[in-house]
Amino acid sequence: MSVNNSVVIIDTACANLNSVRFALERLGVTPLVTAEAEQIQAADKVILPGVGTAQAAMRNLQQLQLVEVIRNLQQPVLGICLGMQLLTAWSAEGNVDCLNVIPARTERLLGNGLPLPHMGWNTLKNVGDGAFDSFNDGDYAYFVHSYAVATDAYTIASSHYGQTFAAMIRHHNFYGAQFHPERSGAVGARILKRFLELTDADTRA
Amino acid sequence: MLARRIIPCLDVRNGEVVKGVQFRNHEVIGAIEPLAARYAAAGADELVFYDITASSDARVVDKSWVERIARLIDIPFTVAGGISSIDQAREILAMGADKISINSPALRDPSLIDRLVDEFGQQCIVIGIDSFYNAENGRYEVFQFTGDESRTQRTRWQTGDWLLEVIARGAGEIVLNCMNQDGVRRGYDIDQLSHMRDICPVPLIASGGAGTMEHFAQVFSQANVDGALAASVFHKGVINIGELKHYLAQQHIAMRPIATTTE
Repeated sequence: MSVNNSVVIIDTACANLNSVRFALERLGVTPLVTAEAEQIQAADKVILPGVGTAQAAMRNLQQLQLVEVIRNLQQPVLGICLGMQLLTAWSAEGNVDCLNVIPARTERLLGNGLPLPHMGWNTLKNVGDGAFDSFNDGDYAYFVHSYAVATDAYTIASSHYGQTFAAMIRHHNFYGAQFHPERSGAVGARILKRFLELTDADTRA
Repeated sequence: MLARRIIPCLDVRNGEVVKGVQFRNHEVIGAIEPLAARYAAAGADELVFYDITASSDARVVDKSWVERIARLIDIPFTVAGGISSIDQAREILAMGADKISINSPALRDPSLIDRLVDEFGQQCIVIGIDSFYNAENGRYEVFQFTGDESRTQRTRWQTGDWLLEVIARGAGEIVLNCMNQDGVRRGYDIDQLSHMRDICPVPLIASGGAGTMEHFAQVFSQANVDGALAASVFHKGVINIGELKHYLAQQHIAMRPIATTTE
């Protein structure tokens, strides 16, 4: 990993920042955890984590005056779990407008009689052009969520639980993972590593 | 397909992993970090760390090991025991725990569940229930303070009623510990778990009684639980997690395979 590959984890005032930080450290990267606009803008890679509700997380981002900052980022950005849902236009969780950098909507999982939240290890499937190319179909990742994005043109990986849904989405430089790569063992580490290795050429593709 | 979860539980007392028989006579198994790392590498899908001194001692316990675990392992883990306030929950989650599990404090003040869910979200709030089958009246009864035999007491709740109560308050997952079976390795309480599964719309984890690989197959296929928690069979090497997952996969139970290559 290049030493000048600076990584910022946006401090959304949520609770699970450490698990993402530790996962990056296991890959040999020391991320900066910050809510300062200048530091976020200057980073080579930006990670938007999130737990809790979309409504509370968007409120935090507004209070931190980070909504426009994130929307205008040009470098690779990875939203994790709720952080991915925040990248979409809208979430049914609290009927809240989100960052709208990936034109998708976050809806409640149907469950279809299965227990909710969808919690545990589920399989990933590459969708589309395989632009992310970091896991094999059938690899397991760890999910915990009750809301999800339907598969559409921006889906680069899918999973299935009562319904098929987007496990990863991407539009330009914005990437989202519905699962927790930081808690998904060797598969998750590979996906994080691939994100850290993204180049400008990748995000223009 | 969502895999069923194999969940080793590490009972922690004074910073060491211990194991008792029917909640009594705790013996030291070893230090926390090497055991956690070993289980993660062996294919555990998740770990639970249960600080058994905490609830019954009503004191603040050193939880710095939570952050050391979060640095070390790359699978999810839950911390249980001694969390009775929003601030304590925030501290544990901030150190890197994925979920917190509440038991006795929720019985003392059920509104704690609502407040935790409001603050941190349903996905990280697990409710642990210690349930005892009372053969005299044929009821499943909820007990509290089970970490300390001298303070263990029956509550006014029947298990099914308490389960519905905590779910109505937003619990994201239930760990049902069947006390009659705990530590004696005669199999999970299939009857009780099946009954609770029928009324439980959130993930349900079976706890108490695992002794053989067949017991795991039974609890998944007959009680349809999302995960099976066990301690002594793993700590004492009675069951190897890799062999267990291989066996269960052969029984057509969805399992996350163990990583066979080092990245």
